[in-house]
Amino acid sequence: MENQEVAAKLLPKVLILEPPGVFTAFETEFSQKFECLRAWESPIPTDEFLDAHARSVEAMLVSGFTPITSSVLHRVPSLRCIVTTSVGLDHMDLQECRRREIAVANAGNVFSEDVADLAVALLIDVLRRITAADRFVRGEIWPIKGEYPLGSKLGGKRVGIVGLGSIGLDVAKRLEAFGCILSYNSRKKKPSVPFPFYSNACELAANCEVLVICCALTEETHHMINYEVLSALGKEGVVVNIARGGIIDEKELVRCLVQGDIAGAGLDVFENEPEVPRELFGLANVVLSPHRAVFTEESFRDAFELILGNFEAFFSNKPLLSPVMDV
Amino acid sequence: MEAIGVLMTCPMSLYLEQELDRRFKLFRFWNFPQKKEFLREYSPSIQAVVGNATVGADADLIDSLPGLEIVANFSVGLDKVDLEKCREKAIRVSNTPDVLTEDVADLAIGLILATLRRICESDRYVRTGMWMAGDFKLTSKFSGKSVGIIGLGRIGLAIAKRAEAFGCPISYYSRSRKPDSKYRYFPSVVELASNCSILVVACPLTNETHHIINRQVIDALGPKGVLINIGRGPHVDEPELVSALQEGRLGGAGLDVFEHEPEVPEQLFGLDNVVLTPHVGSGTIETRMAMADLVIGNLEAHFLNKPLLTPVV
Repeated sequence: MENQEVAAKLLPKVLILEPPGVFTAFETEFSQKFECLRAWESPIPTDEFLDAHARSVEAMLVSGFTPITSSVLHRVPSLRCIVTTSVGLDHMDLQECRRREIAVANAGNVFSEDVADLAVALLIDVLRRITAADRFVRGEIWPIKGEYPLGSKLGGKRVGIVGLGSIGLDVAKRLEAFGCILSYNSRKKKPSVPFPFYSNACELAANCEVLVICCALTEETHHMINYEVLSALGKEGVVVNIARGGIIDEKELVRCLVQGDIAGAGLDVFENEPEVPRELFGLANVVLSPHRAVFTEESFRDAFELILGNFEAFFSNKPLLSPVMDV
Repeated sequence: MEAIGVLMTCPMSLYLEQELDRRFKLFRFWNFPQKKEFLREYSPSIQAVVGNATVGADADLIDSLPGLEIVANFSVGLDKVDLEKCREKAIRVSNTPDVLTEDVADLAIGLILATLRRICESDRYVRTGMWMAGDFKLTSKFSGKSVGIIGLGRIGLAIAKRAEAFGCPISYYSRSRKPDSKYRYFPSVVELASNCSILVVACPLTNETHHIINRQVIDALGPKGVLINIGRGPHVDEPELVSALQEGRLGGAGLDVFEHEPEVPEQLFGLDNVVLTPHVGSGTIETRMAMADLVIGNLEAHFLNKPLLTPVV
């Protein structure tokens, strides 16, 4: 027992404020390679814990849900590397990280396929009413009512992708195979992309039947999908959001759905998770998912390998595997 | 052509009914509970039957319509039409290929995603307020999983094309190997099932393919395998499928068709690893309209002595 404890103390230290799901899933393996400073397990408040134990810590593991503010960073003065298990960075004060020369690594492309798969799953489900049809069958309504209401064909639909990063590109690649007609909006036009670019979400919406939100949440994109964009999308329009709830003006989206101003929505994210506007529960043209776009067993394993790889790289002075911004 | 009698076997499309009403003398079979009396009185004036995947034209019906010239199907599958009898009596048969291929393939992929990613279950999780109490579980990834397709016809190929966009390696079983195909061929369904994660039934229903998914195939697919049926209910030995799912010998299933539609084994209702849809493979407004136009087109072609648009017999 003593030898193990000694061995643990020789391992590089990683600070963890709140355990990310990926960490919990592979905790044993992780603890064999790194000494984990588990702030959440300590009875004393986080600030005091950091002052007491984290002065010399150089590396930190965070999830997408733990805010990494400048005051947190202030209490970990030796920090040089943060690995976040998320793709999104809206929970981190990146400017402060840059100022302190802290290298940041995120989940890179490890989740892109799963997120793209979910976007396509939600879109097919909304158009073809799969979840509603499953309820119809399970509710033993089929023998009584006979015909089930017709859905809408996916092929030939004009799909606008908001944000053409690796997730947006993965979504495009999949939907092309279904015969969808693609276009996109992004901060900048991408010269290598063969399909049409629109400089703002409103113009994109005016030329599409479907919007798939794949961009990051930033000050610019907050409530970017608003009343204007939704009315440009129109009565036949469908919105799919697998990015962040805050990109859509949720109150407005709910109003449009309830009043039939758009045709349907597939939503994995919401403004105030896990709270979901109750008005949506009664709608059959809406498919709701509890922020699970990245959560498959396979991608968790891949994410874990990436996290391990990033920390191993950091502690051996090698370049991070999935850097967001380097020192 | 208003004198030509057309018998529609069951409700299938209001749009088709309206169009048939305008052009022909339409008889709605389901409005006559006394079928024998109806046939006695009206059969001489019926020259065409419009059937679908639920009610087609079997030997009895064909025999009771001495003036029958054409069976125009509102479906691509012909398992409900007695083709032998039609050939014998020189009755033409048409169906609705191609126009529904994409919708059926789209649904197949939709069912795969819904089953692996637990879309229906997680929608329930949100609607019943369970998300407030904790996170939903991890599900299973689709991209990159091996997909095995039974039947590499129009629909099978369309499914393969879509699955390829998800990085899935494709393999297939068919009555004979397709020399032009880039996909991996297996000479038996059991071998195919042993070598894929997701098995999709996309072949026609015939005597040979009845119960093509049996216990052996299900066991080969295994506890992590997923079965998708967008073919016909009788492709699958349904009681075997149900017990395999209940016992965990099969990982999951996405089913659009059942052996005794609209009856669905109630044991499936309690399972969260199945997705059930009420035979909606071609169920979009756009496609049903295209199918109806094709039925009308075939009927008009026949009665104008022109070549059928999509002849089978």
